[in-house]
Amino acid sequence: MARMKFLCDADRCIECNACVTACKNEHEIPWGINRRRVVTLNDGKPGERSVSMACMHCTDAPCAAVCPVNCFYTTADAVVLHNKDLCIGCGYCFYACPFGAPQYPKVGNFGSRGKMDKCTFCAGGPEADGSKEEYEKYGANRLAEGKLPLCAEMCSTKALLAGDSDVIAQIYKERVKTRGYGSGAWGWQTAYHETIAT
Amino acid sequence: MARLSVAIRLIVGALALFCLVALAAPRPAAAQSNPNAAAVSEQQLLNQLKVIKGLGTIPDTKSYVLEHPAGRDWRQFHTVWLKWIGGVSILGMLALLVVFYLWRGKIPIESGRAGRKIVRFTGFERFVHWLTASTFVILGVTGLNITFGRALILPWLGPNAFSAWSEWAKYAHNYLSFAFTLGVVLMFLMWIGQNFPTKADVDWLKRGGGMFTKRHGGHPPAWKFNAGQKLLYWFVVIGGAAMIVTGYMLIFPFYGGLTVGNMELASVFHGIVGVMFIALILAHIYIGTLGMEGAFEAMSEGDVDLNWAKEHHSLWVEEELARERSPKGPGLVTSTPAE
Repeated sequence: MARMKFLCDADRCIECNACVTACKNEHEIPWGINRRRVVTLNDGKPGERSVSMACMHCTDAPCAAVCPVNCFYTTADAVVLHNKDLCIGCGYCFYACPFGAPQYPKVGNFGSRGKMDKCTFCAGGPEADGSKEEYEKYGANRLAEGKLPLCAEMCSTKALLAGDSDVIAQIYKERVKTRGYGSGAWGWQTAYHETIAT
Repeated sequence: MARLSVAIRLIVGALALFCLVALAAPRPAAAQSNPNAAAVSEQQLLNQLKVIKGLGTIPDTKSYVLEHPAGRDWRQFHTVWLKWIGGVSILGMLALLVVFYLWRGKIPIESGRAGRKIVRFTGFERFVHWLTASTFVILGVTGLNITFGRALILPWLGPNAFSAWSEWAKYAHNYLSFAFTLGVVLMFLMWIGQNFPTKADVDWLKRGGGMFTKRHGGHPPAWKFNAGQKLLYWFVVIGGAAMIVTGYMLIFPFYGGLTVGNMELASVFHGIVGVMFIALILAHIYIGTLGMEGAFEAMSEGDVDLNWAKEHHSLWVEEELARERSPKGPGLVTSTPAE
């Protein structure tokens, strides 16, 4: 089985936000929820870099560790998913997440959080693959169809890579070797306790 | 004319060429340099700052935080430290109370019941106490559920039932916080006059409130509230305020510019003060019910036996009796003595 990861090549990302739009469209994400977003560092200054960020599907995921109702699980492809039927919307995964991935629809009064929503690596949820229930709660299950996450698939500069760790790390290494520089695999040290030696 | 225009054109052309060459000259050097040299590096940013923050294009400004590795410290607190702090303080307090009960037993009214009663708490005082107390118990149980439920209750309740209960527990915790806040505020205003430290408190504390001696007449004098009760009062007021402030920071996420770091800190305080609060209230419940004869009626019926009052709050009783002798309203409820 593969070890699925995201890798955003910040030297290629042009901040077009197509990944954000693709994600919202593919999974019919409601207003106010963003499973993926692009953050630009040093905007307008020399050395500006943009990084597309979503749930990184961490090794030993912090969200899963702190969840009071234990609603997270990790698939055989190392994708971190959660069960919305169990989630109570307490917000603890947001406190623990280093990447700000968990999102909460606003329901009811004041800051009441609804059931958490986050990137599924286009792998759906605990319901039957490709079922209506799964789609309504978690969005499309592209992995079950043999496809990779749409954000990376349609990235115009191929900055965002998604797939097996070894494969995407190799692609990135070759790029860095060819062009002579690379600002590194953003978030990898934090998410996977390892980075790509270039 | 034609020759002049050609000359001008030549000069202009030469100048333009010169300018182009002069401007273009440094460029090849820049192209050879590493375009990544000025680029931000993740490791460098993480070493300098606790949070990597940039700019985004969606309205949700909190999403502009790219990375926030401090979440892992909070995870360590929530999954390890809070469990130890909570377990040790609550189980430790229970163990202490059991040991104390086995050694001291129920503290009796030494001179027996007088059969006469004296009003200790008015209906309003009791209402405020029980408002705060009942909401505290629910807040405490539902709060402990968030920290300990997954390990202790989930295995035998099963995931679906445990989630259903936890969701209701969350709603109870959030909504009853308002009633608890009202209780703490009223308690603060209602009893602050009787809770400033006095000389008698020093003596009371030195003698451990008479709790640690079995000899008769061991109870030091006290006003309406003894030093132990005053300490509890101030803990409820100050600790309660801390719980309320940090709790509302968590109920109202990101309001008024709150960051995720602020909320993590609020959660740490909420957890630590919360488990200490529970431990302290366990002792309070013990001494008000099982641990002392004649104490519970103060909060249930509102009046206490005169001898109990004389033994535990002698200065207060003298004051009340003096007031009763004065023409202004009776403090005593005279009931027919037991035949």
